[in-house]
Amino acid sequence: MSESINADRGLTYPGNLGCPGCGASIAINHALKGLGEKTVLVIPACCFAIMAGPYPMTALKVPILHTAFATAAVSAAGVRAGLDMQGDTETTVVAWAGDGGTFDIGIQSLSGTAERNDDIIFVCYDNEAYMNTGVQRSSATPYGTRTTTTPGAGWKRTRKKNIMEIMAAHRIPYAATANIAFPDDFIRKFAKAREMRGGTRFIHVFSSCPTGWGVASSLAIKIARLATRSNIFPLYEIENGTDWTLNLEGDLPVGDYLGAQGRFRHLTPEDLEQIQQEVDADLALIQERVAATRVRKAHLKPET
Amino acid sequence: MRQVLEGSHAISEAVRLAKVQVVAGYPITPQTHIIEAISQHCADGSLKARFIPVESEHSSMAAVIGAAATGVRTFTATSSHGLALMHEVLHWASAARLPIVMGEVNRALGPGWNIWMDQSDSLAQRDTGWIQLYCEDAQDALDTTLIAFRLAETVNLPAMVVIDAFYVSHTFEPVDVPDQETVDRFLPPLEPRFRIDVDHPQALYPMVGPAFFMEMRRSIQDGMEAAGPAFDAIAGEFESVFGRRHSAVETVGCEDADLVLVTTGSVTSTARLVVAQQREQGKRVGLCKIKQFRPFPAEMIRAVLGSAPRVAVIDRNVSFGSGGIFAREIQGALCPLEQRPAVYSYIAGLGGRDITPETIAEVLRLAEETPAPEAESRWVGLNPDVKP
Repeated sequence: MSESINADRGLTYPGNLGCPGCGASIAINHALKGLGEKTVLVIPACCFAIMAGPYPMTALKVPILHTAFATAAVSAAGVRAGLDMQGDTETTVVAWAGDGGTFDIGIQSLSGTAERNDDIIFVCYDNEAYMNTGVQRSSATPYGTRTTTTPGAGWKRTRKKNIMEIMAAHRIPYAATANIAFPDDFIRKFAKAREMRGGTRFIHVFSSCPTGWGVASSLAIKIARLATRSNIFPLYEIENGTDWTLNLEGDLPVGDYLGAQGRFRHLTPEDLEQIQQEVDADLALIQERVAATRVRKAHLKPET
Repeated sequence: MRQVLEGSHAISEAVRLAKVQVVAGYPITPQTHIIEAISQHCADGSLKARFIPVESEHSSMAAVIGAAATGVRTFTATSSHGLALMHEVLHWASAARLPIVMGEVNRALGPGWNIWMDQSDSLAQRDTGWIQLYCEDAQDALDTTLIAFRLAETVNLPAMVVIDAFYVSHTFEPVDVPDQETVDRFLPPLEPRFRIDVDHPQALYPMVGPAFFMEMRRSIQDGMEAAGPAFDAIAGEFESVFGRRHSAVETVGCEDADLVLVTTGSVTSTARLVVAQQREQGKRVGLCKIKQFRPFPAEMIRAVLGSAPRVAVIDRNVSFGSGGIFAREIQGALCPLEQRPAVYSYIAGLGGRDITPETIAEVLRLAEETPAPEAESRWVGLNPDVKP
């Protein structure tokens, strides 16, 4: 583990209002290490709107603008415009939203901001449901999940929206997935996004939620690691919407990840097999795009 | 310099002269000309501002909230459904105490689709903590926009400059457009009381529990109460610089009037004509134009209307189940008086139906002939042959 992860650069105060084992709490620590102190966070309604501290307290040592649920991206674009007009092009403006504020209610203003290619970083810390209101399904909730609005036999039978493909379709300069269980990769991606000024950068963070997922809080990191090792949440980057890089390939069956969580406990071996096939197909699709990127780049190389 | 401008461009010219730094906009009839002109100013460099062409009005307001929180001067404009879509973030802007100025072109809300004049859109936002200033014509729109920036920045509340769809927004009139130097004397650069600053990090607008929330809401009320006297002082300064007088409540011949007609917006111009004609005929009729709806100038209303025997209010709006909104506010303002005028409430001109001199004459006739006001607002100009 690199020194940068252990070194406390002091951009968060000790303690916040997160649940024990909250992935978002770990995510903000990693993220600020990659972003640095010249960062403004724009936070819509989400778990973190509470975790960051009620008035007159704050859990973070960077400025925070709390905004309405649907507006994270465009509020950040407004902050960016205001700073630019005052000659401050150095400060990084980061929208920090949950999956509801990204996949659902926030997607319109996110799409508008990405289409304008406004100079912000949009981070979705994805805990795969409306956790702040008590675990209701969102469009980031995966197939097979039980939530309080997909309870019992009514568990969710539609797939998780592929937000990375949606963002790639905007042809923004950078889109990446990151996982709290892979801090080196995580911090590298945030630092890279910070350095790539001048357009919309999107980072999709896998953020475990022991409270909502039915796992022990001590397993927050382990379950997050299993998500990537089972290829449920692959780590990859997309530059300019077309250049794909796969950072890590998993080696475990989906059952290892799904079976460890209360929210999937009802799934049968047949369900797991179906999910395995879908995960395999999704990974193959990423691999195809990575291969195509390599071919295209080789083709573009000037002859020597 | 005197120019022939449409009302929309009277506002966009004021925005240019105000040296606004960030503008967000989304098209909607009949507002679009305002943001088109500002886009042009940004493109040709006559306004050094960032124009953010957003994907909805909800995002327009969110964008200027974000920008205003960094301490720059901001503007947006909308109308009707656009304003309704903004509703949530209108609350956010005022509770955030950000001096955003917005051009709002009064238009009906559907269904059925109707792009014409109707005050229901802005009046539905009356409890959002926005200052609301209604304009009679293009000159009024330009002047009010400049005043609105000073006022909003003085009390740290957002301000809405409201003009009538088409009657003002699309009508070309001679407008005195002041030069930049004079405007700079009246409207200095914004000096924000707080702003996002990485060197002094703070959390703006976090969760607030019951221990603090009421005090924060009280501070908005205090800001609104300060906005009344602030408007009078700023309008006084405006007059000394530009030579044009604007007041929260304007009166024509109310002192000796048996009947005072109350209007807002462009109807006032028509009413001026009718009232003058009736004065010539020896009728003691007065006219009261309400410019400032929020904060509601209750004290001025009591002073101006308190001694009139009868008051007739024309509302180009309706609060379903209650009545004309201006009439209800005036009734509320007059309530503390022991001797109160009889207030007659008329609803007219919804969805762009013309309020002609004949309509106004009918309103005056009805108020004169009706011994005591009915409990309900009376609708004027309904066509009995139309059965929806």
